[in-house]
Amino acid sequence: MSEAESYSAIEQAAGPGSAVAQPEGWNRPPVIQPDGEGELLEVAMGPHHPSTHGVFRMDVALDGERVIRLKPVFGYLHRNHEKIAEGVSYLSSMPYTDRLDYMCPLTNNWAYALAVEKLTGQAVPERAEYLRVILGELTRVQNHASSIGFLIQEMGASGTPLMYAFKAREKILDLFEDLTGARMMCNYMRFGGCRVDASAGWLEKTRTVVAGLPRFVDEFERLLRSNEILMARTQGVGILKPELAINAGVTGPMLRASGVNYDIRKVDGYGIYNRFNFRVPLGDHWDVYDRFMIRLLEMRESIVILEQALKDIPGGPVMDPKAKIRGFRPKAGEAYGRIEAPKGELGFYLISDGGPNPYRYRVRPPSLINLTVLEDMALGSNVADVVLIFGSVDIVLGEVDR
Amino acid sequence: MKTVEEIKAAIEAAVPGATVEIVPNPSVSAQHSLRVQPGDALAVAKFLHDDAELRLDFLSNVTGVDWPDREVAEKVKVTRTVTKTVDGVEQAVEETVEETRKRVQPGCLEVVYHLFSVARKHGPVVVRMRTVNRTDQVELPSLTSVWRSAEFQEREIFDLYGVVFTSHPDLRRLLMWDGFKDHPMRRDYVEPDDFEYEPTAHDEVLARVNQHAAAQQAEVAGQEGTDAGR
Repeated sequence: MSEAESYSAIEQAAGPGSAVAQPEGWNRPPVIQPDGEGELLEVAMGPHHPSTHGVFRMDVALDGERVIRLKPVFGYLHRNHEKIAEGVSYLSSMPYTDRLDYMCPLTNNWAYALAVEKLTGQAVPERAEYLRVILGELTRVQNHASSIGFLIQEMGASGTPLMYAFKAREKILDLFEDLTGARMMCNYMRFGGCRVDASAGWLEKTRTVVAGLPRFVDEFERLLRSNEILMARTQGVGILKPELAINAGVTGPMLRASGVNYDIRKVDGYGIYNRFNFRVPLGDHWDVYDRFMIRLLEMRESIVILEQALKDIPGGPVMDPKAKIRGFRPKAGEAYGRIEAPKGELGFYLISDGGPNPYRYRVRPPSLINLTVLEDMALGSNVADVVLIFGSVDIVLGEVDR
Repeated sequence: MKTVEEIKAAIEAAVPGATVEIVPNPSVSAQHSLRVQPGDALAVAKFLHDDAELRLDFLSNVTGVDWPDREVAEKVKVTRTVTKTVDGVEQAVEETVEETRKRVQPGCLEVVYHLFSVARKHGPVVVRMRTVNRTDQVELPSLTSVWRSAEFQEREIFDLYGVVFTSHPDLRRLLMWDGFKDHPMRRDYVEPDDFEYEPTAHDEVLARVNQHAAAQQAEVAGQEGTDAGR
């Protein structure tokens, strides 16, 4: 198929139904018929639309202002991360995982380390587990803050809310820089622990930052929830039903905003998460506003976990002394490891054939799979709301296209 | 949660005629998997999704794996009659020799599904199926009608591995562009030699330098000639 005869949103919308006969129980977006008069307008939103935060295209067919059809187009940032990882040793992929979801490098490191530890049966010392939880939750706070900031920015409140979010984010990124040497490309976790130990001074600084976070969240919430425009534009927009959310593999805050109680920190209890007391916030209107509120509430829960972890963190080594970091050959076999990343379920699936490189290395990207339902949420809404619905999914293109 | 053996028994009881093979996983993770026949896959998937005890309503991850044709060397013991000279007399002696034989194990494309349950909060159940070969019989049934989350992931496998999912609602390339021909994640994929020579300002300068040097050399050679004649 050439570029010219490839997909046209209008053809799909105007054509006699779908090209494929749909079997029973088929979970497809509904086919909306245009009102009749006038022509459909095809708009390519992207690949350089400001709201995409990267290069991503939505081919939208419009009947006036109403969205009749929406098809996401991927691949502008594709560099075949998986193929590259199959050609190098296990350790060599660790710095590259930072570049998947570049907003949350530490959770990417963690998911990959977890999968390799499952494959080799590597134990992780206590202190390293605590450091992983602290860094993972700090990552979640800064990701959710900036994700909300971007969402409000797309609504037209340019600058102010985003700068509030970035003020908190910068403090956390400074902590990352102190510990790992880099703000965003941290490359910190290793198979069997963490790369360097945190000093007492770093932990003290982290306690100070965490102590200031509740005030930031309160302030942020007051700033946003007292805004009439925000409420009017987000409530009742982009509804995602729980049955569809589960069936379409949606995970993370998106799934919980649809009222489904599924948090991998609770379900799998990976690392040491079953030691902490925290609640899982759930939405009950399933709309954009719920997704935004769930992120705010999850930030509060993350702060609760952080306070407990910073109180209990024990001394000791951060690397298992017997751990093999480089040059090891796992026994032939496979392992799937997953964590609750800020965007959803981030999984790594590794197949080893006994060699020094993984035979198959697969990333389960939450951002890509959460976009499966973008069309279902956007159909029938105004084109201006598409930007909001898309923003509420919270994606990073580095992970979508890999 | 049920063990893989119990799930295998449950599938074979519920889906008539289905054969399920347990693929053991010798690594520490011990996530054993079930290999189903492509013909039964849709019925098996519906059973796994709807069964009251399993309720695997959440398909998390779909992975493509390429297994190219492999040459396997096997050591076989062969007994044959050899004529040998023993004590000056030629005799037929039976002898057992170890011989290395090579055979080609045909390759295939494999798709792996990782299933979890949101309702029962268990998992993963790993289901896999294989195509007949890697060249012309690469069709597998699409499971998008049971789990919508397979939609983009199956498109990605079609794109990068070339597995054709029958009855997929929208089987187009996901990451590579539409005009692209090959499947880059296959093990034997060769990158195209599409190096483009692009003359730059630097090359123009270089050409002038070479021209200048050649002219100078000719001039020097000419002077030497006149010196020698004098």
